[in-house]
Amino acid sequence: MIEERFDAIVVGAGMAGNAAALTMAEGGMKVLQLERGEYSGSKNVQGAILYADMLEKLVPDFREDAPLERHLVEQRFWMMDDRSHTGLHYRSEDFNEEKPNRYTIIRAQFDKWFSQKVREAGATVLCETTVTDLVRDDSGKVIGVKTDRRDGEIHGDIVVLAEGVNGMLGTRAGLRERPKPEKVALAVKEMHFLPRETIEARFNLRGDEGVVIEAVGTISRGMTGMGFIYANKECISLGIGCLVADFQRTGETPYGLLDRFKRHPSVAPLIEGSEVKEYSAHLIPEGGFKAIPQLYGKGWVVIGDAAQLNNTIHREGSNLAMTSGRIAAEAILKIKSRAQPMIPQNLALYKKMLDESFVIKDLRKYKDMPALMHTRSQNFFLTYPQLVSKAMQNFVRVDGTPKIDKEKLTLKSFTNARSRSGLFGDAFRLVRAWR
Amino acid sequence: MPIELFTRVEDKLFNNRYLVDTGRPHIKVRPHAKPSPQLLSMLKACPARCYELSEDGQVEATVDGCIECGTCRIICEESGDIEWSYPRGGYGVLFKFG
Repeated sequence: MIEERFDAIVVGAGMAGNAAALTMAEGGMKVLQLERGEYSGSKNVQGAILYADMLEKLVPDFREDAPLERHLVEQRFWMMDDRSHTGLHYRSEDFNEEKPNRYTIIRAQFDKWFSQKVREAGATVLCETTVTDLVRDDSGKVIGVKTDRRDGEIHGDIVVLAEGVNGMLGTRAGLRERPKPEKVALAVKEMHFLPRETIEARFNLRGDEGVVIEAVGTISRGMTGMGFIYANKECISLGIGCLVADFQRTGETPYGLLDRFKRHPSVAPLIEGSEVKEYSAHLIPEGGFKAIPQLYGKGWVVIGDAAQLNNTIHREGSNLAMTSGRIAAEAILKIKSRAQPMIPQNLALYKKMLDESFVIKDLRKYKDMPALMHTRSQNFFLTYPQLVSKAMQNFVRVDGTPKIDKEKLTLKSFTNARSRSGLFGDAFRLVRAWR
Repeated sequence: MPIELFTRVEDKLFNNRYLVDTGRPHIKVRPHAKPSPQLLSMLKACPARCYELSEDGQVEATVDGCIECGTCRIICEESGDIEWSYPRGGYGVLFKFG
């Protein structure tokens, strides 16, 4: 066993783990952070969008040296059928501000930088170390971790589980359930490299301006899913994700889906001639509010993706991870400053603080959305995109048909496909789940 | 519509960096006479095509190209079809971009 004892052990060096380790180390705690990758970030995968506000609370001057790609000036939502897309584009000069609100990032590079901040704050970061088990005392209180290093048992007052969506420790120890196939999505992604000028020309950008495209429709073949295209400085992150249960049910392959998305006539011109340098896959927690596990116990807390803290509707995850990590750390610091033990009665403070934050408030707002999207995926991801596309084409194509007849035709295509009561039912359920 | 060949997954994986822990696969398929529906679904669902059907009808896993997403764990661990753990520290896929 490693004799040294720590105030806190953080398992994982993603967004949540780094936020927690940084906050606790800055608060004067003796922190050990364990990461199984060669360096922090080498096992992490994300789209990736960085929300400045949540990072600013941790590293106020992050813009000075963080590896940021492009600040976002434009957001596109696409509803796609096999040959077209109907888009909603929002672009504003307001986003060319002194302190931009959102950036694209490359996670492996960003996490390396974030980890450096954690080290500078005084935490010990041990990479290439896989935590294999939790260590408990006779009362069941978690008192440390076992690692795959020789004599790799390490003790600490609190273990912060930031092990990600596929975290094994918590489930192995019976602290939370293994994610269910209908509560996690599998996303696959490629990094497409192109000259900077080419990206700027194709996406209508100047300098470090960036664009995000998020797309739903027949690209997911009736499964609950979404495609994304993010412009970085010299590459494009392009991916698509669908619920694991849907992959299981349909027998679609993730790479087949990705390749079809890439060949879509709206997408292909954006990546034409690019060089692919990486292919990755990652699970995304999609269960929402109802999938959040017990967040704390005897000697442990769980944060970030491992706690299913992900807002699917707004495509936010890393900011919820960072915020939950910071809040957990602040709660732990408070408990420690009062010289109290890390037991559930005291750690409940973490949940109380999280409940009061946007993290839980947002997830609670959409608590019924995941179930709705899953049970009606055919309507929302296949039928409606096809109908919208047909309606748009009917609207813009000029062929001598009187407009009144065109409108009737469009209305009829909707009622034929879904019937009036079906349309009202879907709309009603959507509004109710949204509120 | 012209038939285009999909990029082979093997070619996609070729771009990635790996440190393979030779002889110590982190995923093991439990011996079986007839593969379960869960195991069979992995032939398609695994994004790295680590699962293949052998000539005698068994599902086999070759984890060298595994990108450690955990999909097979979510689908097959509960039924006991596979034993899943993370690779030893430092081994496995190493993302340059992530």
